[in-house]
Amino acid sequence: MLEFFRTLTNNWDIFSRGFFTTLKLFVIGAVGSLTVGTILATMRVSPVPVLRGLGAAYVNIIRNTPLTLVFAFLVFAAPKLGIEIAFEPAAYTALTIYTAAFICETLRSGINTVPVGQGEAARALGMTFGQVLYLIVLPQAFRTVVPPLISMLNAMLKNTTVAAGFSVVEAGAIQAYLSERGENQVYTLFWITFGFLTFVVPLILLQRFLERRWAVVR
Amino acid sequence: MSTSVLYDEPGPRARLRHRFVGIATIGLIVAFVAFTIYRFSETGQFEPLKWKQFEYEAIQLQLLHGLLATLEAAGTAAALALIFGGVFASARISDAWIFRAPATFLVELFRAIPLLILIFFGYYVPLQYGLHISNFWALVAGLTVYNGSVLAEIIRAGIAAIPSGQSEAAYALGMQKGQVVRLILLPQAIRSMLPSIIGQLVVLLKDTALGFIITYPELLYVGKQMGSRLAFDLPYVPTYLVIAAIYIGMCAIMSAFANWLAKRGDGKRSPAPAPRP
Repeated sequence: MLEFFRTLTNNWDIFSRGFFTTLKLFVIGAVGSLTVGTILATMRVSPVPVLRGLGAAYVNIIRNTPLTLVFAFLVFAAPKLGIEIAFEPAAYTALTIYTAAFICETLRSGINTVPVGQGEAARALGMTFGQVLYLIVLPQAFRTVVPPLISMLNAMLKNTTVAAGFSVVEAGAIQAYLSERGENQVYTLFWITFGFLTFVVPLILLQRFLERRWAVVR
Repeated sequence: MSTSVLYDEPGPRARLRHRFVGIATIGLIVAFVAFTIYRFSETGQFEPLKWKQFEYEAIQLQLLHGLLATLEAAGTAAALALIFGGVFASARISDAWIFRAPATFLVELFRAIPLLILIFFGYYVPLQYGLHISNFWALVAGLTVYNGSVLAEIIRAGIAAIPSGQSEAAYALGMQKGQVVRLILLPQAIRSMLPSIIGQLVVLLKDTALGFIITYPELLYVGKQMGSRLAFDLPYVPTYLVIAAIYIGMCAIMSAFANWLAKRGDGKRSPAPAPRP
């Protein structure tokens, strides 16, 4: 039992470093993918056919690509494009590129739930497409899709572990470090799981809370 | 005429503006593609030597083996995950708390742990106790419990979305719970669930790519090996382009099938939850 706790306390340096990087990946990835996802959703509902097509193409390609492949492409192919990218920024970028496609689709399904009358009324007041979208429709859409959005971000948080395969020292990589130090792997994996649960469970609870609180009756 | 919430049918000036934006966007796309091709040819990615390896039978076979390894892991895990999902979904809707409580706990737990960590559990924990589990089964075990839990949730939500009048009518006819679920709820639920289930299987197929971290020789692992061949001047870009085409092709076909099923459905019932990436 004592050895079990020592696995954490003796290797606190690796654990704190790993989970700090995970947190950093999560925050930057969340901001990035929400921004890019919103832009993509705007493109997909815009009146310009070319933009709609481009948004649809992006979503269809990225959603059918393994995240690991996006990582591999950034790490091995991007330098050939003249973009020298370190492992950690590559991880932010890969998570953003990948998650944005899912965020876009979630947002778009939210936009579809807004009654047509809302947009018609806004247009009758002389609002432009951008104004209708950002002042009237998106705020209402966001409210209905906040629970699934949190679920997407939750999935992204877990996906940060993929970075372990590409030399980023985040929580998923702790295991490799500690096995070199000869620590008990079961204990190590248990502590990593425990660490993740402390991040994931609050997110799930927040999602449940908002689902009840923000349920929109239409 | 227009059914969009956001804009009316465009008039002549709007159409002109849209055409302008469209042309500008196409210009940007063309510029981006041209830049990519220029950089790739500048750094020699299109040199014949880098692509030559795909002409060799041994290399083609290696690629094929990688693809088969991917499909083998994905197929096994998909079958097991469907069974896992079915069993846990029925436990979750059981009236007996002794089945319901542990099933709910496990489903929530497995969904909260990163897939990679689950795979590590399958791989390293037996090792610690002197048991060797092959990387194939470690990968399949991780994929099964993670995607099986998500599938359990999809199936449960699909059944819960059936109007309560359906089961009430069945109970009124004297049916037992098992009969109600089997004969009344499931046949209806499967219609609305199928697109989500296939969507989740696409996620499962994509996630086999994590296998390379525990050196399971799937497609991406093979790709990494092929890309690092000095004899062909490190053909990373060509290899990843080929592998991306294979992955995207396979997944796109499955996704298109799921979309087709979703469109074919009546579309009135609220669909089951979206697959989790």
